[in-house]
Amino acid sequence: MAEHHFRVWRGDDDGGKLADYTVEVNEGEVVLDVIHRLQATQTPDLAVRWNCKAGKCGSCSAEINGTPRLLCMTRMSTFDPNETVTVTPLRAFPVVRDLVTDVSFNYQKARELPAFAPPADLKPGEYRMQQVDVERSQEFRKCIECFLCQNTCHVIRDHEDNKQAFAGPRVMIRAAELDMHPLDAKTDRKEFAAEEQGMGYCNITKCCTEVCPEHIKITDNAIIPMKERAVDRRYDPLVWLGSKIFKRSDA
Amino acid sequence: MTTTATEPARPPGARPRAAITAKTLRTDRWWLPPLLTVVGLTAWVGYATFRVFMHDYYWVDDYQYLTPFYSPCITDRCVEGAAHFGTYLPGWQIVPEAAFSLPFLLLFRLTCYYYRKAYYRSFWLSPPACAVPDGHASYSGETRFPLVFQNAHRYAFYAAGIISVINTYDAILAMQSPSGFGFGLGNVVLWGNVIMLWAYTLSCHSCRHIIGGRLKTFSKHPVRYHLWGYVSWLNVRHMQLAWITLATLAVTDFYVMAVAAGWISDLRFVG
Repeated sequence: MAEHHFRVWRGDDDGGKLADYTVEVNEGEVVLDVIHRLQATQTPDLAVRWNCKAGKCGSCSAEINGTPRLLCMTRMSTFDPNETVTVTPLRAFPVVRDLVTDVSFNYQKARELPAFAPPADLKPGEYRMQQVDVERSQEFRKCIECFLCQNTCHVIRDHEDNKQAFAGPRVMIRAAELDMHPLDAKTDRKEFAAEEQGMGYCNITKCCTEVCPEHIKITDNAIIPMKERAVDRRYDPLVWLGSKIFKRSDA
Repeated sequence: MTTTATEPARPPGARPRAAITAKTLRTDRWWLPPLLTVVGLTAWVGYATFRVFMHDYYWVDDYQYLTPFYSPCITDRCVEGAAHFGTYLPGWQIVPEAAFSLPFLLLFRLTCYYYRKAYYRSFWLSPPACAVPDGHASYSGETRFPLVFQNAHRYAFYAAGIISVINTYDAILAMQSPSGFGFGLGNVVLWGNVIMLWAYTLSCHSCRHIIGGRLKTFSKHPVRYHLWGYVSWLNVRHMQLAWITLATLAVTDFYVMAVAAGWISDLRFVG
């Protein structure tokens, strides 16, 4: 057992500040364990959102020493014993209280994305596809919707006014997942990504990939491929000409 | 760390974020990678600019070594053996010997998805590091002129492929000595550079898309699927290859310059 210095942001939408605590830490614990001990011993009104404690529900997203992370997946053994651990709420979203933020922006953007659209002549139960055709989409299904990528993306983190035009990396990988899905029949997902999701705002700085706790290669495997697919449609006259002359599709 | 309040300007109706006063609470050395990128890229561009406008020491007549910074050599100033494709441009000081290839190579690297990350972070501070504030008050990304032209990357990729063929041709021609076939340390350097250039060019994200990434169903295109797999393997290493090729280009050029200037003699294995 050892004691550790913590600074935790306390407040709500009227303001707040970092509060100092000295708290017990035991071997094998993660930051969420320490936050729970704080609740149990020193500050029972500390608000924190959590659920599975296993890095699979995506609830306990916060910023630890300024880096967006899951509280339940950050081991205390990664910090120096004398190091102050600062825990703050996600900075890109409106604060509710203490470490809890309102992440409804992400659900709003997800609702705007057209859903999976199988071919009209295919009935439920008749879906057949090969593994090789769905494995790209499956990578994006690992997403736990922790919204760390949304939070760290500077397009909205540093520019609130872009929230109207930019959907964010989490929703873009959903668009890529559907566009790469062998049974999705919608053909205008590239245009949607470019025009409605604001894909052009992404400048490939890869912070979404860096913070993803599921290690999804968001930029390389979703956003850049979708940018290239949009280029096919919008900026590449050779592809356009080829599709007209040879009646070529992207099948 | 500064303590300036940094919550971005809120449009009307937007609810407040947590009032955290520090710009960033990161405690690691987040500033080191962008700093190293600035130092590395500035040093390389400085060296390359100096060499391109030196107009000398680019050709070793005995062994037919031509530095990639002067290939293809197409100005009137080019020595006869180096001008493999003829001379078409005047030999003015301002015109590089490789005036055909250099603009496309510059464009290829400028629009490269890795270099974009590197210079947006390090030179443009947009953002300098993850969870560190963007250095600009407003941001429109690559939606407007001139950055919308980043979408032309695939054309630069096509040009870079042609130039890699020319570099390969140069490396083949350089298997020479005054008595016929020859092979020396210079050939190892030239071939090492060419192989790395091919690896960097083929690892390009546009190449990955064109070779197979654009397909919806891989099972209908097994050959393209396998090629896509190989390119994807290289693509994971695109950043490393981007830096390795900067190094091999500079080393190759310096080696050819050193031999051409007579500072060192080429170590010969054959001929």
